[in-house]
Amino acid sequence: MLDMLNDSLTATTPPMAVTSAFKATQIINMVTVEAVGKRTLQFMIMHRFGELSDGAYALFGLDNAEIRFGLDYGITRAISVGVGRSSLDKAYDANLKIKLLQQTPGRMPVSVSVYGLLTHTTFPLKNEKPFLNARLRTAYTSQLLIARKFNSRLSLQLSPTLLHFNLVPSLADKNTMAAMAAGGRFKVTKRISINAEYDWLFGNPVTSYKQYPSLSTGLDIETGGHVFQLVFTNSRGMTAPYYLAKTLGTWQKGNIYFGFNVSRVFNFNK
Amino acid sequence: MELIKRLLLLLLCSSTLKAQQFTSRNGYIGFFSGTPLEDIKAENKQVYVIIDTDKKQLAFTCLVKGFLFKKQLMQQHFNENYIESDQYPKASFLGSYTGDVTINKKGTYAIQVTGQLTLHGVTKTITAPATLVVNGQTLTGETMFKVNPADFNIAIPALVRDKIAKQIDVRVQAACNPK
Repeated sequence: MLDMLNDSLTATTPPMAVTSAFKATQIINMVTVEAVGKRTLQFMIMHRFGELSDGAYALFGLDNAEIRFGLDYGITRAISVGVGRSSLDKAYDANLKIKLLQQTPGRMPVSVSVYGLLTHTTFPLKNEKPFLNARLRTAYTSQLLIARKFNSRLSLQLSPTLLHFNLVPSLADKNTMAAMAAGGRFKVTKRISINAEYDWLFGNPVTSYKQYPSLSTGLDIETGGHVFQLVFTNSRGMTAPYYLAKTLGTWQKGNIYFGFNVSRVFNFNK
Repeated sequence: MELIKRLLLLLLCSSTLKAQQFTSRNGYIGFFSGTPLEDIKAENKQVYVIIDTDKKQLAFTCLVKGFLFKKQLMQQHFNENYIESDQYPKASFLGSYTGDVTINKKGTYAIQVTGQLTLHGVTKTITAPATLVVNGQTLTGETMFKVNPADFNIAIPALVRDKIAKQIDVRVQAACNPK
């Protein structure tokens, strides 16, 4: 009797959407398809120490630090907004993430979200660079986040990106750049995963300084309402315009930043 | 003519409510864990139920992913970390009951249900009192019992041990119609 019931259940239930492709809203630097959740507030601290190549005197980079604080709020299941501030360039950022498609077996192979980010630097240089007005301090990022949860262990994501800087260092540099961020996570246990990310610019839009692709690795530890992410990356900045277009070091030269992302989720649902 | 009318009447009368199996595809299962730290509540309204009143057997089955929580993160943790719904997608029960139920007569009947509950890949025997309510063509079954997550190999890390009750209250309710 039970077999007949189970067969009936399998045959007539529509396929259910795949959830939790990623445990966090970041892989290392790049943003994931995961939405924060309705009436949920997420507080995130992103921290990057100095470069390992700083040597033993600077405790292999531990003496230095760049920080970003971020607060994201889920308005609905699909729409979330966020604000943040980075100590690098004293940049404030605001973002909007909208979930468009959800991966469902047999119907939709991937989950897709659209992400828009606005960054605004506020470092004071009024005397040396009086031309720096609000518009020139602002950069825009648009990303299409495409992810697939292959099985309960492996999820991968591609984020084609369009960056626009209102101000670039020289006339030879392009203001609008196309980039790609690719990353994934592999769950080792129920609560621990290993992550990797590789981001690069298309073409050669930056010529006034040497810009390298960003390579990062990380370890995620999830405990109840927190996700701790320990990371190694060659990017100093933590928002898209920085890790995509202003990565100035390489792994080979030891320009590796150890850091962590910590997120804590608060729920406002009763 | 009278005889034919009588025979027809007899034929029609003999096919009154004597259906042996009652089924539902919208059965309800809700569970609740209350602790001073946190309350956990979820409901599944797509439970498939079958009650066989002749053999006095009943069964229900549902997809674990169908349990909906108000808090999305709770639902994610439930599926990914605790119940592991990718590996064990279904929860089911097969059992029998004792107690007399007259399915033609409207009323509430108290029964005792015993059977095997399979959850997270583990099967355990559950015994619980239940009621069967007959109302016209509908047979409504309702029961409440407690389960212990540890009995079903559901691992709860020490860090959140106090957030999950040792005994979870489960309520099952299904309004079934003749098959």
